[in-house]
Amino acid sequence: MTGTVAARLSAQPFFAVLTEAERGALAEDGTAVTFAAGERPFDEGGVADMFWLIEQGGVALDMRVPGRGDQIVETLGPGTVLGWSWLHPPYRWHFGAVARLATEAIAFDAASVRRRCDADPAFGYAMLRAFTPVITERLQATRLRLLDLYAAPSQVRRVSIGPVNV
Amino acid sequence: MTGQRTAAPALTESTSGTAAVPRFYRVASRREDTADTVTLELTEPACPFEPVPAFAPGQFAMLTAFGIGEVPISVSGLGDNGGGRARRLEHTLRAVGAVTRALHAAQPGSLIGVRGPFGTSWDVASAAGRDIVIVAGGIGLAPLRPVVLTALADRSRYGRIVLLAGARTPGDLLYAGELERWRRDGVEVAVTVDRADTGWSGQVGLVTALIEPAGLAPDNSVAFVCGPDVMMRFTADALAARGIPVSRIRVSLERNMRCGVGWCGHCQLGPLLVCRDGPVVGYDRAAALMRVREL
Repeated sequence: MTGTVAARLSAQPFFAVLTEAERGALAEDGTAVTFAAGERPFDEGGVADMFWLIEQGGVALDMRVPGRGDQIVETLGPGTVLGWSWLHPPYRWHFGAVARLATEAIAFDAASVRRRCDADPAFGYAMLRAFTPVITERLQATRLRLLDLYAAPSQVRRVSIGPVNV
Repeated sequence: MTGQRTAAPALTESTSGTAAVPRFYRVASRREDTADTVTLELTEPACPFEPVPAFAPGQFAMLTAFGIGEVPISVSGLGDNGGGRARRLEHTLRAVGAVTRALHAAQPGSLIGVRGPFGTSWDVASAAGRDIVIVAGGIGLAPLRPVVLTALADRSRYGRIVLLAGARTPGDLLYAGELERWRRDGVEVAVTVDRADTGWSGQVGLVTALIEPAGLAPDNSVAFVCGPDVMMRFTADALAARGIPVSRIRVSLERNMRCGVGWCGHCQLGPLLVCRDGPVVGYDRAAALMRVREL
């Protein structure tokens, strides 16, 4: 990827709800970064002081489960954002992340972006409008995966919601 | 009673009817696709009747495990339709109940019953000149396999062929070897699983997450969607949100199909008898019906 951060942001639909001026302001907090395959942008419990817009490659969110190693909960590809724990206290990562491929991204200084949001509510609202759809989509996807729709009937744990006679 | 047997009246094609009376088919081969799923290849046995009429992609048969029962199973291959008759059939089925467990266990050489063909087809030919977008969830890939095979058999008639498939785990993914072959043949295949294992290097997440990266051309795409009802609803809504007209999104409904010809009413879904008016239905008709709470 080449070009200024501002130009690269303009090419990404993720921030299309921001005005050009807002993207320009956001770009001031952004830096182009790369991750080698296997590199970890962050670990569970660490300080969420960054977020990334993935441009190329792919990243997996994972969680360390004793006895089972790092369990991948979701993979993220180009055009989407990595990390939203920076939005709310306690600003700690709830999952870890690992680059599964050589990955190019724009990294943002979360504290600086938060300060901009506080100082300029219109900018803050635009940022929330950018992030809310992806948060909602991932929440819905997670709920559907909880339903275990592809499971055979014998694999589905049935939960009674009817009256219980004791 | 004299002990003398009375000869049964001779059955003919017209009196038996392929809709009501199963034809005997012999299991020619059995391939285990996953731990609980097999693909059976059926061929016509020597018998006095013609094989059942040819199936179109998307249509289903009622398969009989003799002495146990009958279940609706879509065709999962193109088969051999010589003379307009289904001389060879392929069905992929998952062992989930008494009948499907018996069919799953059927070994080469054994006989099973076939009624059909029933229902509506995917009508792949109507997508000529457009991109074909196939979205499958779990065993839903089986009824869509003939769509891929039909498009590949007449490749120049269609634009892009995009196949997005979701599975529960890597081990539950159907036709894994065939997916690689389709990739080599130019099908744009993307796969995701709900739960990865340590050896999985592919994507993890819901199948809808594959739609955006696929870079679809909504104005020129026809979508074919099959999987659990909820998965189809979310997928069809996601496709529609990206601009594919709902009239060009087709889903395959599954309800309690019994007779196969709209006589018994077991599969009624609002104004539709799914065995006759479905299983393949445009999402413009299906969307509201798929939200109806069953009795």
